[in-house]
Amino acid sequence: MPDTRNAIDVRNAVKRYGSFTALQSITLSIRDNEFFTLLGPSGCGKTTLLRMIAGFEDVTEGEIFLFGEEIENLPPHQRPVNTVFQNYALFPHMTIEENVMFGLEMRGSSRDAARKKACEMLELVQLTPFSARKPSQLSGGQQQRVALARALAPQPKVLLLDEPLSALDLKLRQAMRSELKSIQRETGITFTFVTHDQEEALTMSDRIAVMSAGRLQQLGEARDIYERPVNRFVADFIGETNLLDARLEAVDASVATCRLGNGLTLECDAIGNARPGADVHISIRPERMTLAAANGDPWRGTVKENIFVGTDVQTVVQLQGGIALTVRTQNSAAGVATILDPGTEVAITVEAGAARMLED
Amino acid sequence: MSSRGDVRTYSGSRAITMLCLFVLYAPLIIVTIYSFNASRSITVWEGLSLQWYADVFWGPESGKFKQAAINSFTIALIAATMSTAIATSAATAIVRGGRFRLRMASLGLISLPLMVPEIVTAVATLIFFNSIGFTRGYLTILAAHIAFCIPFAYLPIQARMQGIEDTFEQAAQDLYATKAQAFRRVLLPMMMPGIIAGFLLAFIVSLDDFIITNFVKGAGVETLPTAIFGSVKQGIKPNIMAISTMLLVVSIAMVTISYIVGKKDNST
Amino acid sequence: MAGAAATGGSARSNTYASARNWLLLPSWAVLCIFVLAPVAMMLVYSFLTKEFRGGVIWEFTLAAYDQFFFDRGLFGDEPARIDWTYILIFWRSIWQAGLATLLALLIGFPTAYFIATRPARTRTVWVFLITIPYWVNLLIRTVSMKFLLRDQGPLNDFLLATGLIDDPIRIINTNAAVQIGLFYSYLPFMVLPIYASVERYNFALSEAAADLYASKWTTLRRIVIPSVRPGIIAGCILVFVPSLGAFLAPDLLGGAKNFMIGSLIEEQFKGNAGNWPFGAAASMILLTLVLVILMFLARQQARADREATP
Repeated sequence: MPDTRNAIDVRNAVKRYGSFTALQSITLSIRDNEFFTLLGPSGCGKTTLLRMIAGFEDVTEGEIFLFGEEIENLPPHQRPVNTVFQNYALFPHMTIEENVMFGLEMRGSSRDAARKKACEMLELVQLTPFSARKPSQLSGGQQQRVALARALAPQPKVLLLDEPLSALDLKLRQAMRSELKSIQRETGITFTFVTHDQEEALTMSDRIAVMSAGRLQQLGEARDIYERPVNRFVADFIGETNLLDARLEAVDASVATCRLGNGLTLECDAIGNARPGADVHISIRPERMTLAAANGDPWRGTVKENIFVGTDVQTVVQLQGGIALTVRTQNSAAGVATILDPGTEVAITVEAGAARMLED
Repeated sequence: MSSRGDVRTYSGSRAITMLCLFVLYAPLIIVTIYSFNASRSITVWEGLSLQWYADVFWGPESGKFKQAAINSFTIALIAATMSTAIATSAATAIVRGGRFRLRMASLGLISLPLMVPEIVTAVATLIFFNSIGFTRGYLTILAAHIAFCIPFAYLPIQARMQGIEDTFEQAAQDLYATKAQAFRRVLLPMMMPGIIAGFLLAFIVSLDDFIITNFVKGAGVETLPTAIFGSVKQGIKPNIMAISTMLLVVSIAMVTISYIVGKKDNST
Repeated sequence: MAGAAATGGSARSNTYASARNWLLLPSWAVLCIFVLAPVAMMLVYSFLTKEFRGGVIWEFTLAAYDQFFFDRGLFGDEPARIDWTYILIFWRSIWQAGLATLLALLIGFPTAYFIATRPARTRTVWVFLITIPYWVNLLIRTVSMKFLLRDQGPLNDFLLATGLIDDPIRIINTNAAVQIGLFYSYLPFMVLPIYASVERYNFALSEAAADLYASKWTTLRRIVIPSVRPGIIAGCILVFVPSLGAFLAPDLLGGAKNFMIGSLIEEQFKGNAGNWPFGAAASMILLTLVLVILMFLARQQARADREATP
């Protein structure tokens, strides 16, 4: 039986459109009171999953539970979840206040009670002076906050947010991130957030579900997913990384020794059940390596180019055997001192525990 | 305006446009002017007068025209209302009904009155009422008008509805509205400019119709176009020009309303 | 993404799919009863025997179609010869409607193009000006035209006053009057669809052509016209089809000599001289003609669309 303490339980949910399978048997739980993010590239099925929870898409197979109650056969208007739509979908013929009151009225509140609650919600999103305006008279950021107030007003058990920040410009997006997060804490409502922006996901979420090609790739806390990706897709999609092909040489207790194509070896945590001799992949984050003047160390190569990206400098180093590594150095006095001109021999130090072995 | 580098403009197109507008408006303007002629003759201009307007309202033929006007406007009002309701319902099914087998057939059926020449529709409707033994009169005109006004009401409504993303109804349902409530509270108000445009178009088309009405009206029932036609057959008289001018004003009023509705809609 | 595609892309909105049949019922009922059934009944009538005081006798015969195409003498006992009377009326109607369409295209295309190249603000005003006559009662417009073109009408007055002519020219009751009347009746139908096409036309294509050494006229012929072809075809259909079956312009402006299909059909249902089966048959022939033209153009259009999107 599903755990009634979980806000949402998705069990073996499948979605097919004709012969195309958009979601292949997803199972995941969203805890009460958490900021949960569905993260993935376009077409990965994250929006489909969100719309299945909201009730806009039929579930081909599987079940969805809301606090232990099966909901996948309920029409959207009977599900106590609300959605903040990607383009807000504010009703253009209603004022801001009427928009916020709509859900309350539909649930049977009196007009007065609905108006009172709408006032509170508009205060929460700091839009009280705009309550008599029409949506078209508001800026994008303000419309976004109205959409949020409208969806929160009926006090849903779960709030669904479908890429709500994607239509905003960068500065506003960053401001809205912290505002969303603080509103979530203030209201104590479970937020389920869909985005393709990994930075957004990492900064806001309690837990993240990474999706690709209709499958759940990894579910965990932000740090977990960044530091310990389970496969090449997650390692590559979240942040930047160097992905290298390797062969598993030996497994000793929990330490695995891997040999790269050019003969160099690396030690990392053993995972899964790969046997020595198996082909594996290694992920090393660029910021977990440092540069130094060449010193006879086997981890050395030639600087190909230095790319200035503001906070950091990215150095591409060509190792033997056709392997190129990107190393990130902080743009500080100490960091810049280690940067060498292109063509120079350089030594690379990989921090202990920085290399991550991936089976897939 | 046009510069050497401007590849868009073609010299002469402005002159042809002016010619086009001249051709379209000259007859209407001349008839309007002559409707204020004091002379009994339509060939001589004898100064300004409102006598032909007085003649329309109080002259010997006023009873006939009054009845025709009442018939025309009530038929147009009822036919436009009914066809707009039917078209709104059909557009909802076709635009918001997902994929279904009868979709193309429904679209074809709705646009059928636009493809069949009016005279053919007129003949067919006459034969139909005759074959089922229905006496021709007010009701037969009304039924025929409702049918052929449907596509005219339908097109602006469909166009408007296609421009409304379905996330609006979804948002309404997400906020606990049933599908019926979502339609009434959200979709219908958002479609209103299209519905008004459709209604006005249907109203004008009904008011305008001569051929079909002429076939199915039966004896004794006249609408303004059939009454005007009957009168014109005996020669153009100045009172006809007065009636024409008044109808012209009605038409221009309606197109102005629909223009303003469309404009207001763009601004919000 | 898949969700977005499911709502706005290939799949259709289906909010009201469950109520679909009920929503479609009124339109199907009204149109089947008052359009489809009448056309079917008309087809039946065209195979019935005529009654002399109007109406029909329920006896199957091909007489109506026979009368349309063949002449069997006054008493119907001579060998059948092709009777050109009605075929010529049809041919004249096609010719008149075709000329009116051509005239409307020659004036309508430059007008539509001109309007579409105005700044967005003034464009709507121009479109409004073209739209107004379209909303004005067709009968009134035709009567106005009759008034204008009369022998003692304002046009002749004007020409006499300027000394361009010495005697009034006879326009009314000629073929030319009918063509002018049809052209005038349906001109807005030509301008509006072409305007809609030109407005969507990407003028960067014209600039690209000019950049590649095409003259303005070559650009128009090779680039602009092919791009806006759907609008031109739609405009021609919207002028040609109603012109073909028109009744008012030929009747009021053409007089008795310049008979067109509309008048021929109308005559069969007026008074006691009528022949309902013959009128039904002539209507069926007209309907068939129009549907064949529309289907041909629709197929052409579909082919052009397929070629445009590889």
